[in-house]
Amino acid sequence: MTPALAFRDFVGVAKRNLLRSVRTPGLLLYALQPIMLLLLFRYILAGAIKVPGGTYVDFVVPAIFLVSVLVGAMTSAIGMAEDLESGLIDRFRSLPMARSAVLTGRSLTDAIRSVVVLAIMVVLGVAVGFRFDSDTGRIALGMVLILAFGYAFCWMNAAIGIAVKDPESATNAGTGPTFLLLFASNAIVPISTLPGWLQGFARNQPLSVTVSAVRALFEGGNAAHDVWLSLAWSAGIAIAFFVISYSLYKRAAAT
Amino acid sequence: MSPSNNTAASKSVPDRTAGAPLDQAATDHVVEVRDLVKTFGKLRALDGVTFSAERGTVLGLLGPNGAGKSTLVRILTTLLRPDSGVARVAGLDVVADGQRLRSLIGLTGQSAAVDELLTGRENLELVGLWYHLPKREYRRRAQETLDLLALADAADRLVKTYSGGMRRRLDIGASLIANPPILFLDEPTTGLDPRSRNELWRLVRERVGAGAAVLLTTQYMEEAEQLADRIVVIDKGTVIADGTADQLKARTGGATLEARVTKPSDLERAVAVLGDLSPTPPRSDAEQRQVSIPAGEGTDLLLDTGRRFQEAGIPLDDLGIRRPTLDEVFLSLTGRSHGDAEPSSAEVAP
Ligand SMILES: Nc1ncnc2c1ncn2[C@@H]1O[C@H](COP(=O)(O)OP(=O)(O)OP(=O)(O)O)[C@@H](O)[C@H]1O
Ligand SMILES: [Mg+2]
Repeated sequence: MTPALAFRDFVGVAKRNLLRSVRTPGLLLYALQPIMLLLLFRYILAGAIKVPGGTYVDFVVPAIFLVSVLVGAMTSAIGMAEDLESGLIDRFRSLPMARSAVLTGRSLTDAIRSVVVLAIMVVLGVAVGFRFDSDTGRIALGMVLILAFGYAFCWMNAAIGIAVKDPESATNAGTGPTFLLLFASNAIVPISTLPGWLQGFARNQPLSVTVSAVRALFEGGNAAHDVWLSLAWSAGIAIAFFVISYSLYKRAAAT
Repeated sequence: MSPSNNTAASKSVPDRTAGAPLDQAATDHVVEVRDLVKTFGKLRALDGVTFSAERGTVLGLLGPNGAGKSTLVRILTTLLRPDSGVARVAGLDVVADGQRLRSLIGLTGQSAAVDELLTGRENLELVGLWYHLPKREYRRRAQETLDLLALADAADRLVKTYSGGMRRRLDIGASLIANPPILFLDEPTTGLDPRSRNELWRLVRERVGAGAAVLLTTQYMEEAEQLADRIVVIDKGTVIADGTADQLKARTGGATLEARVTKPSDLERAVAVLGDLSPTPPRSDAEQRQVSIPAGEGTDLLLDTGRRFQEAGIPLDDLGIRRPTLDEVFLSLTGRSHGDAEPSSAEVAP
């Protein structure tokens, strides 16, 4: 198999997934959840949560940006499970297409969806009062961090989807890790308000690191350390789950 | 930067253009299976299967539910790995040469594998792309295939609006689009109306006429008879018969002539009438008021019998020649009717 053919296979899969996602209401629904979260935190909880040195809007909205791509990433699990359940994966596996195309094609679609969702959230974020206090380069880097983290989570969710092979369990299984990381983090409340035993984990887990990096990039502050750390986490998660997805995929129907 | 002394040994694997005729002249056996074993936990789904199929022929795999037909097809199409034994298709080992093999085969699995959220045309074109056909080629072939399968009118509708039979036809189209030289069809006519079924049979014959080999599974004797040059009967993961339709029927005793008398009291006389016509004593069934004898070549015997019953003044409810059914083939081959087949009974088999 030449790289050119493998690339063509990958484009075919990506095209298929894109056609599918514009034809399901799924995309809209997944944009709806982050929008609800944005409104919830902006207008209902903002008054109750105090953050040091700044407004709660500027504190929470960058985190909501990140959450929006993570919620979008959960569709990867559902998509993989749907394909496995419907028998389509069997067809794919019986064709001479590149074995990796089904997975990489999906992840490209996921990345495109993340960009769309993030763009919507940025517009809405600004509409509800969020302000960037930074230059274009830093803002762009922040967006890259968010998308990279989301992309890594797509691979995690793809692995979950292949492992559970059933869309409903996939929805639930994908929600778990994402919400655990979200609530035990600095995304919604400052770390100092969390119970002591949780603080060590909450401070160092990848989602918190990424939120810190993004906040610093959007609102000013020293970001370098967290930026590198976040990129390393994203790369590590993406590679690890790519390998896991790939081997699960190869074995998925072989038993 | 140090100059790369990496002699990029570009081992170009010839990527076969699908549809190319099989040039493995050495292998007359397009499909060759030897001592194939596949277990799922404790269940031996395939328990030492051996058979082969020649190019330009249709091989029918006949067997009851749970016999292992789909398992066999899935192994031959590289979807499942066998536990042991050899499976070669087009001379290629299904495990070691899977990637090369996949461009030579077309598969329509037992359950539909079409994308509900794409149109029929999109489904076919993508499959063509993944067979690595050039764009112009797969677009043309998709249209041809849609025409062939009477789906042209629905070509640009989403598949989720298709009827069951339309999906099935599309699924079959997907395996035909690249004209692969070896086709695997797992119960292809299930869910098709008689017209579509005849269409499909015609298509299969056409492909075989063009040199393709077809392996199809079925539960219908009639289908195997219509299409298959050779029939392999499997049950509980083992081959229990292998031969042409006629050979199989011969083993089950061939066709029978059956006469059902109107009055139970006529049964004795009917046995006497038929006794003259048959080298073996007629079988009679009092409950059904029925007498039967083996029927070699049909119509003369039927007319003759009719006349004799008339002359003897025995009124009949029914008189006819009946071909053996799958049930009877099974009964004679396994000593039980195929409705009794239990998938798990492979475990208790000796
Ligand atoms: N993935 C699997 N895991 C466990 N058991 C399986 C699996 N696939 C098949 N089996 C078992 O293997 C046996 C053979 O199944 P197979 O699907 O090959 O039968 P079949 O001949 O195609 O039957 P049918 O006519 O119903 O399609 C059955 O007992 C089935 O339950
Ligand atoms: Mg089957």
